[in-house]
Amino acid sequence: MSLSGAQIMLECLRREGVAHVFGYPGGAVLPIYDALYDCHDIMHVLVRHEQGAAHMADGYARATGKVGVCLATSGPGATNLVTGIANAYMDSIPIVAITGQVRTTVIGKDAFQEADITGITIPVTKHNFLVKDAADLPRTFAEAFHVARTGRPGPVLVDMPLDVSQQRIEWSGDQYPQKVDMPSYRPTTRGHEVQIKRAAAAIAAATRPVLYVGGGAISSGAQAEVTELAERTNILVTTTLLGKGAISEAHPLCMGMLGMHGTAYANHAVHNCDLLIAIGARFDDRVTGKVDRFAPGAKVIHIDIDPAEIGKVRQPEIPIVGDVKTVLQVLLKHVEARPAGEWNEQIEEWRQRFPLVYPRDGGLYTEAIVEHIGEATEWKAVMATDVGQHQMWAAQYFRTRAPRQWITSGGLGTMGYGLPAAIGAQFARPDERVICLSGDGSFQMCTQELMTASIYGLPLIVCISNNRSLGMVRQWQEMFYHERYSHVNLEQSPDFVKLAEAYNCIGYRVTTLEEFRAAFSAAMAQTSRPVVIDCSVTGGENVFPMIPSGQTVNEMRMHSRLEELRSAPNADPEGWSYDEEDQKLSQIVDAGHCGAQKEN
Amino acid sequence: MALTLSGPSSVQGQQHIITVLVENHPGVLARVSGLFARRGYNIESLTVSITENPDVSRMTIVVGGDELVLEQITKQLNKLIEVMRVVDYTEFAAVERELALIKVNAEPRDRAEIMQIVEVFRARIIDMGERAFIIEVTGGTDKIDKIRDLLAPHGIREMVRTGVIAMARGSRTA
Repeated sequence: MSLSGAQIMLECLRREGVAHVFGYPGGAVLPIYDALYDCHDIMHVLVRHEQGAAHMADGYARATGKVGVCLATSGPGATNLVTGIANAYMDSIPIVAITGQVRTTVIGKDAFQEADITGITIPVTKHNFLVKDAADLPRTFAEAFHVARTGRPGPVLVDMPLDVSQQRIEWSGDQYPQKVDMPSYRPTTRGHEVQIKRAAAAIAAATRPVLYVGGGAISSGAQAEVTELAERTNILVTTTLLGKGAISEAHPLCMGMLGMHGTAYANHAVHNCDLLIAIGARFDDRVTGKVDRFAPGAKVIHIDIDPAEIGKVRQPEIPIVGDVKTVLQVLLKHVEARPAGEWNEQIEEWRQRFPLVYPRDGGLYTEAIVEHIGEATEWKAVMATDVGQHQMWAAQYFRTRAPRQWITSGGLGTMGYGLPAAIGAQFARPDERVICLSGDGSFQMCTQELMTASIYGLPLIVCISNNRSLGMVRQWQEMFYHERYSHVNLEQSPDFVKLAEAYNCIGYRVTTLEEFRAAFSAAMAQTSRPVVIDCSVTGGENVFPMIPSGQTVNEMRMHSRLEELRSAPNADPEGWSYDEEDQKLSQIVDAGHCGAQKEN
Repeated sequence: MALTLSGPSSVQGQQHIITVLVENHPGVLARVSGLFARRGYNIESLTVSITENPDVSRMTIVVGGDELVLEQITKQLNKLIEVMRVVDYTEFAAVERELALIKVNAEPRDRAEIMQIVEVFRARIIDMGERAFIIEVTGGTDKIDKIRDLLAPHGIREMVRTGVIAMARGSRTA
């Protein structure tokens, strides 16, 4: 049977089990779109801007652990993907981006809509390919998916010139490689046994240990192992922004997020610990602040699948290169039970003394919105956020119970990510409630994807925390630039309710918590139309605690009304209980996770 | 092909000669050199050529930095899919060579002295014009620096260097 390169590409996607492609057509991908015309088993989702396609593939991947796929034409289509690809790269998210390219005969001639997209994306892809012969397509796609999902996951780009998509070759169906063997790419997944035993001994010897868990625990599907390790040893866990969900945040051993806007008790615990067990985390500057004053008295165990992360920022005493889940399973064979001690009491004391607080005075605060979303969805919703103050409040107050429930742009901090990522997550998990929490700034960066959500009848709920300013930049200008508020005023924004209606979505505007509850309840009743809730929140609020950039826990700034708010009667919200259902969630084996890798 | 991306010997710490075996694909050089620029590593020189295996290219990179920097460079290079092997030649005995062509002013009254320098350094005059010689010299970086310095008073019109290549002594291979 003779097939075109474009048809073979679709065959390759079938072999990889791809069910959704997020894309946008154009000249150089016409053969691919012609092949899609007859394709009924792979759903193509038509976006409104290629950046949206890349973020949707990313959100899809985060929600499932499967490789997300996006498709764009050459030139501007391809360059519009770049932000989304860079975002996936910084957070180690497996996506395959397919781009059209001008004919091989005119590459390098500045042809219409030509861009050197493989050259442009070298720094932001794990690997990329320019295919010059349709016969190379099966091997190329097999390698692309293999590289994207194995080892430290990441984005891979495949550039397909127009003539390669048109080229017809014989296809018997067995050209697709059964097994990928790349001699120069063999990630280490099993940790070194001797180092693992040393780690177990260090854990047994430590008096003030802390588990510091990052996105690697999510991508390797290690929630059960992380939870088991914490429970057996009574070691408290702090997670990074991307590690949220690696242990239920309702678990009594979970301290929430650490770092710049992390909980004060997590930061105090890390600062004072004598053993820091870093699991799939990379000592990001938003976590460490001043590196040489980060956990200054601690011995460090660093478990990571990427050898280059070991010693990049902090030199560990015990380095373990390997897949987090695989390493923890071995580690658990050597770790003995240890009781909770004085250290746990000390952390509990910090927790009581420095709780997260906000004014529960009936005013509309983003923190209250987040807590209400959590309670109204029984903490089961998939939460996608944008970037800024609302993201940090969501990180503090959204108590993630399961992995892949929390979808946020961490490393790159991409405003505009939230809505398309939520759309990708909703396609991946159609039967679950997906919420997008955005800001009035972020929302306006990818608003056009409301049309995508609307056309496909997604029951998304988009909550805009509207403080009429670029809140996080405003906060820094207030705190570090003498209140010189330069270009952060967004008083002049579109009417978000009318905008929602223009996109055939439902729009609500709320100004009090009561109104928000009512609107959210109405939104929850929707099953086939997106709802946008424009929440006019109290303006001028700042996110606390805050460790200013490059500083230490000693410079941590607390909420100015901490004392007063801590003693308020409802300071300790309901919903913190850790019940049987939470335990079950920790047992869920994440079907698509990237941890099930064979040792090469 | 050689690239000298930064000035000589201004970097902190030790110099290392590393050999990188890569798959012989178009664009690999861009991936490797881009990595150095992007992560702020200092390249003194970079040379790339084919090897005994036509599918494999060999890069020899002279890079400045301490042990920790070199460890990061090695790890980051190994993350590139097309990189097959990275070897640091500072760790064991290796021969290193560089070739330079130096076009030096050669007025009749200076020729004898220049030819004497050439002889002492076991270099060769490969082109003799009315006013200038081209001198070919091979050796370690220090030797080439030295002959350059000695020829400098005569006026060096042009100089090109290949950058260092290196090979392990004995039967050991990269």
